[in-house]
Amino acid sequence: MAEKKLIEKYGKKKNLELLRMVLLIRRFEERASQAYGLRKIGGFCHLYIGEEAVATGAIGALDLSKDYVVAAYRDHGHALAAGMDPNAVMAELFGKITGCSRGKGGSMHMFDREKHMFGGNGIVGGQIPVATGVGLKIRYRKEDGVVLAFFGDGAIHQGSFHESMNLAKIYNLPVIYICENNHYGMGTDFKRVSAVQDFSQMAVAYDIEGKQVNGMDTLVVYDEVSEMIKKVRKEGAPKFLEMLTYRYKGHSMSDPAKYRTKEELEDYKGQDPLIILKKQLVEAEQITEKEFEKMDKEIRDLCSEAVQFSEDSPEPELSTLYEDVLVE
Amino acid sequence: MATIMMREAIRQAMQEEMERDENVLLMGEEVAQYNGAYKVSQGLLDTFGPERVIDTPISEEGFTGMGIGASMAGLRPIVEWMTFNFSLMAIDQVINNAAKNLYMSGGQMKNPIVFRGPNGPAEYLASQHSQALQSLYAHVPGLKVVAPSTPYDAKGLLKSSIRDDNPVLFLEAELMYSWKGEVPEKEYLVPLGKADIKRQGGDVTLICYSKPVRMVLQAAEELAKQGIEAEVVDLRTIRPLDEVTIYSSVRKTNRCVVVDESWPFASVGSHVGWLVSKNCFDYLDAPVELVSSEDVPMPYNHTLELAVQPSVDKVVRAAKSVLYIKD
Repeated sequence: MAEKKLIEKYGKKKNLELLRMVLLIRRFEERASQAYGLRKIGGFCHLYIGEEAVATGAIGALDLSKDYVVAAYRDHGHALAAGMDPNAVMAELFGKITGCSRGKGGSMHMFDREKHMFGGNGIVGGQIPVATGVGLKIRYRKEDGVVLAFFGDGAIHQGSFHESMNLAKIYNLPVIYICENNHYGMGTDFKRVSAVQDFSQMAVAYDIEGKQVNGMDTLVVYDEVSEMIKKVRKEGAPKFLEMLTYRYKGHSMSDPAKYRTKEELEDYKGQDPLIILKKQLVEAEQITEKEFEKMDKEIRDLCSEAVQFSEDSPEPELSTLYEDVLVE
Repeated sequence: MATIMMREAIRQAMQEEMERDENVLLMGEEVAQYNGAYKVSQGLLDTFGPERVIDTPISEEGFTGMGIGASMAGLRPIVEWMTFNFSLMAIDQVINNAAKNLYMSGGQMKNPIVFRGPNGPAEYLASQHSQALQSLYAHVPGLKVVAPSTPYDAKGLLKSSIRDDNPVLFLEAELMYSWKGEVPEKEYLVPLGKADIKRQGGDVTLICYSKPVRMVLQAAEELAKQGIEAEVVDLRTIRPLDEVTIYSSVRKTNRCVVVDESWPFASVGSHVGWLVSKNCFDYLDAPVELVSSEDVPMPYNHTLELAVQPSVDKVVRAAKSVLYIKD
């Protein structure tokens, strides 16, 4: 089986690292959802539950000392996968001064300059040219890095995507464009609004290599992105990946998701990235049920600590209002 | 001092800053091989090569956003828009990314980038190619907006803009590119946020910026012939606004006319007029006057298009009206 090979290919340490991250994102989002229900978090809050394999596998394949991540507004998972402190991410959701963006960004604007996490962008597709520009910096300085530009199926019809693909191709920029196709642009089934059903075909128009990937299987995502990264480092040319994935929750916290059937949701829950990865690693005897439970307990504690940290953190002073508008 | 054209002054600023800092690069439509749609970037490709002087496709949102991303990552791009009319294709990138990245990231993501190109009415270009869009950009916190009126100011201000760690909108004008002025051989900077008194006078303050400054100076000469000494304040930078210089002039003359090529509604001119009315209320001997463009899209017909814009005649009349002098 292909998975068995992948399990051997990357080894126990990496596999458990990936499992740990999928679990961290899942538990973190569960706590975020709970805190939202308690009105500790407000506004738009887009949960990543169901899609964990994509950020985990893709960002897990990066070397963030030289590579970069640019994400859309469903960005909690990417922030955590980039190694951001869960306390700083949760505190940002709580709008506290200890948040990564000092309580000024919120759910859609997770940034960490040190970790090379360049947002967190709330305008659909707005981050794609920005990611392209980070690629330009790498090319300009003749560095070895790669940029992962994440966006959803809703963004792929924006001009920003098409303009960016063209620019990246003509300048040979080291950017991997990753479309996280979770099937719904807010409430609209992508099939209803897309001229093509297989987005990887869109890359053809720009003479860019494109591929469709099972975005529910973390090991497959990790493997495909790792291979693409190798190619990009060697060739310097852009690539495109469509990750077929699914979100369990609504578009945001206020969305009851009535546009899809219970059967569809249940079907995807059968392909749950957490269950799949755990099963693969248990069967390969890289983790026991007991060890998994211990890992889960540690992560739940970590997330509880993040919630507590956020609760205990102070609100930003009103005097911070005019800070960070301009560099003085 | 050498007498050079505005386009040469802007080019010198870019050339000097590119020599000084290898993180500075220029990108835009026709900037490299074609040597610039208005020949502003002439020769820069030969000097710096295609890595640093980059021709882009007609893809404003894409290359503007690309410049912003590059600036977040440590470069200092100059993005040339062939005209500000086309910047509307890219305005999401400017307003939602360049202006807000620093704030949304709690101070982590600075954007040292300059967006430059011609803005404002030209001639015979009709509605889509002849409009003054500075008020859109000046409205947005997180941006700086610079609008020189002479080659000297343009060079010094552009050099400061390139060195600034914030996103700067740098407004030029098609009709100004061939204007001549004295520019020192030696390096100099003009600081952002400092207005300049282009003419001293004690009877009325005329506030203006960018291309209209020259016309306003002509109006001041016209007024002088009628015994009225006008003080001409050239804002040079719209945001941040040099309120100190504006108020000290108005408090001296007690009368104020604001001249602005923008449409009148919610414009730079209407805002400056409101600020003066509010902050110099006790000093004013007449309500502040605003000479703006007419509140219509720009017509093609030359007589009509001239009638739309501020003119010597309109400024003279406005100045006399705040002095309560009847024609």
